[in-house]
Amino acid sequence: MRLADALKYRLPLAGLVSILHRVSGAMMFVLLPLVIWMFDNSVSSQASYDAFMATFAVGLGPLPGWVFKLVVLGLIWAYLHHFIAGVRHLWMDATHSVTLAQGHSSAVFTMAAALLLTVLLGARLFGLY
Amino acid sequence: MSVNYGSKRIVVGAHYGLRDWLSQRVTAALMALFTVVLLLQVLMPGPLGYDQWAGIFAAQWMKLLTFTVVAALAWHAWVGVRDILMDYVQPVGPRLALQVATIVWLLACAGWAVQVLWRL
Repeated sequence: MRLADALKYRLPLAGLVSILHRVSGAMMFVLLPLVIWMFDNSVSSQASYDAFMATFAVGLGPLPGWVFKLVVLGLIWAYLHHFIAGVRHLWMDATHSVTLAQGHSSAVFTMAAALLLTVLLGARLFGLY
Repeated sequence: MSVNYGSKRIVVGAHYGLRDWLSQRVTAALMALFTVVLLLQVLMPGPLGYDQWAGIFAAQWMKLLTFTVVAALAWHAWVGVRDILMDYVQPVGPRLALQVATIVWLLACAGWAVQVLWRL
């Protein structure tokens, strides 16, 4: 079976949560150096902290600040989705909550909670409150 | 002694892959715990500037906990990325090359994090 064949199947919401679990994990793996770069700058000295803050306010080199905010917004969603989907797995393991109905309702919760928290934190990131 | 190679090799069955499955969950639980510990400190009352933020990681116990979580993260990501590579990259050569690159990537990142932590 090729990918084109696989895409003909209807993907249930639990399946979407599952593939996004993988996508979000891969995103964080690829962006790991950026995370450590931010950790390094934010924590090393007052000067590097100020430069770190300025990266988001005015940008760095040719890149404007909103590019960094957008990438970090992606990281925030990835972390939240991966975290909640992971806790969902632990919950399913611990309580054997593996019926179709339970799988669907916990998938709805995972998608909704991750997106809602991303919107809330994203609004803060972009200075809406 | 039972033969476990060639056409007789057993690649499925009870406990095959259990160690990876369990280590991924244990490392995940550690990272979740770290998230809570960090959030509790970040959400302390008062403004959060450089001094407060760097102060969180200045404590030796926080350095050791963060270091443990960095190691847990590298292990966790190794299991996850290895799963992805086993699923999508079938030829042995490119798969091995990508697996080696993954290990180098994760260890380099972990080394950088350790450097940041202990010069603080």
